[in-house]
Amino acid sequence: MAATATPAPPARRRRTPRRPSDPAVAGRGRLLRWLPYLLVLPAVLMELLIHIVPMLIGIGMSFLRLTQFTIRNWTAAPFTGLDNYRVTLDFGGTAGAELLRSFGVTVAFTVIVVAASWAIGIFAGVLMQRPFRGRGFLRAFFLFPYALPAYAAVITWNFMLQRDNGLVNHVLVDQLGLFDERPFWLIGSNSFASLTVVAIWRLWPFAFLVIMAGLQSIPDDLYEAASIDGASIGRQFRAITMPMLRPINMVLVLVLFLWTFNDFNTAYVLFGNSVPAEAAVISVHIYQSSFVTWNFGLGSAMSVLLLLFLLLVSAAYLLFTSRRGRG
Amino acid sequence: MAEPLWFTWLRRVGLTVLTLVTAVPLFVMVSSSLKPSEDVQSAFRWVPTELTVRPFIDIWSTVPLASYFANSLVVSLAATLFSVLIAIFAAYVISRYRFRGRQLFSMTVLSTQMFPGILFLLPLFLIFVNLEQLTGIQLYATRTGLIITYLTFSLPFSIWMLVGYFNTIPRELDEAAFVDGTGPVGALLRVVLPAATPGVVAVAVYAFMAAWSEVLFASVMTTEASRTLAVGLQAYSTQSGVYWNQVMAASLVVSVPVVAGFLFLQRYLVQGFTSGAVK
Repeated sequence: MAATATPAPPARRRRTPRRPSDPAVAGRGRLLRWLPYLLVLPAVLMELLIHIVPMLIGIGMSFLRLTQFTIRNWTAAPFTGLDNYRVTLDFGGTAGAELLRSFGVTVAFTVIVVAASWAIGIFAGVLMQRPFRGRGFLRAFFLFPYALPAYAAVITWNFMLQRDNGLVNHVLVDQLGLFDERPFWLIGSNSFASLTVVAIWRLWPFAFLVIMAGLQSIPDDLYEAASIDGASIGRQFRAITMPMLRPINMVLVLVLFLWTFNDFNTAYVLFGNSVPAEAAVISVHIYQSSFVTWNFGLGSAMSVLLLLFLLLVSAAYLLFTSRRGRG
Repeated sequence: MAEPLWFTWLRRVGLTVLTLVTAVPLFVMVSSSLKPSEDVQSAFRWVPTELTVRPFIDIWSTVPLASYFANSLVVSLAATLFSVLIAIFAAYVISRYRFRGRQLFSMTVLSTQMFPGILFLLPLFLIFVNLEQLTGIQLYATRTGLIITYLTFSLPFSIWMLVGYFNTIPRELDEAAFVDGTGPVGALLRVVLPAATPGVVAVAVYAFMAAWSEVLFASVMTTEASRTLAVGLQAYSTQSGVYWNQVMAASLVVSVPVVAGFLFLQRYLVQGFTSGAVK
């Protein structure tokens, strides 16, 4: 098969660059026909191995009773049909109630984080739309939280949120005197607020980065014409900036949503292995119920439901935004 | 074009607040890493009692940080290399050819972006363990397993971004190379790739950052010998909570390469994102 020889040709052809009419042309034609498939093959194989096949197996696993007793020989695990889903979606039972609670936490977390990150991003972007001294520096500086490896940034926050030797309590209690008692930030009901603040701190720079790029592609003439017509800054923002950012905002919000809804790192690194229920977002919840209780079947069922939910929301979102864009 | 005074002040105040919010955690990280341990055990101090570089020396002996570092470096570099190579070929084909399955492939690759990692973590874990029992190929708890996993994480974004880049390079360049007797692979290597260098570099940085920062899979797929910084550092902070100066020093050390690379290349990353978004 000529097709198997692909890695070699570039080198060979370099030595004999001008032989368009040699007898190998027929073989080369066949090779050219297969070439696209050949070049795309590694990507296909890797996607199959790491994403597609495991996903299919994961869906299969969700129909099995996979616990610490059956995990060794998981192909022989008993088939239980929709049992895992029944347990998961029985919101009267423990597993279902916990999942529902975690889902609620995740939705609240996602809505707050995405809305705040986007709003801060656009606020900073608009403030920095026109040149001023120090703009280049600030632009790079604001990106630091996003550029830091997630664990390094979150560990720093973990330190700041420590009850006795953290910065947050030092400022709030010792310096401002807002509380009589030092609050706990990493356990109990405050943990949700902590998680949200840390996530926004890390995510808004990304929104800012993308929005800045979008703002720069808006021609200055538009603003000049508008201000000659006497349009105020607020009016210009509504009539020029927002409509021109629409295509970018559409993708940006979807990406922010997917990242935040699937976010595992922030909660896991901030709270360690014992994430408080108030801050147990869905991926942490699934992780804990799979690897702590070793109930992989149940974990898979929850993952599948999560994927279905994300697919549904994304599809609805794309449908909605594209229809509005046309209308 | 004069802007109203209120806007100027809004900008000053707004950007000052954002600068402070961004700066405080960074300040905590840097200043704490230079503090003696007494300073981080009791109530927080803005100003260190004395400056010391001891934490930066101690981190290498308190935990096997050098081993974590080496693991992270090997895994991230290898994953980056393979991911970029695979993405270049796939992106070139998608950009230049109309072949059967092209649409399906692009959609599938893109949609894997939205899969929750947790969904294929468990099956992948089982695949790796079973593969080892069947064939003896060790993937679980090895760097190779992590490399294979990580390279696919950055593939979708890399392919998407490179397709955008390749599309901006005129086909006439390829055709000129064909006239010279070069095949498609030659045209890719000698004409298209040099013109797309910024895109390739940006994709490489993205892939490196993704691998360097990954926590979820690293926490399940590694054991002590193959542990990466992402997991090692976290175990460090829960294990020896009192040595916060060392934890901060370690965080700083592992951040520097990534932050430097990112700041250097953020412009290209945005170009890729927006060019994909607009289309």
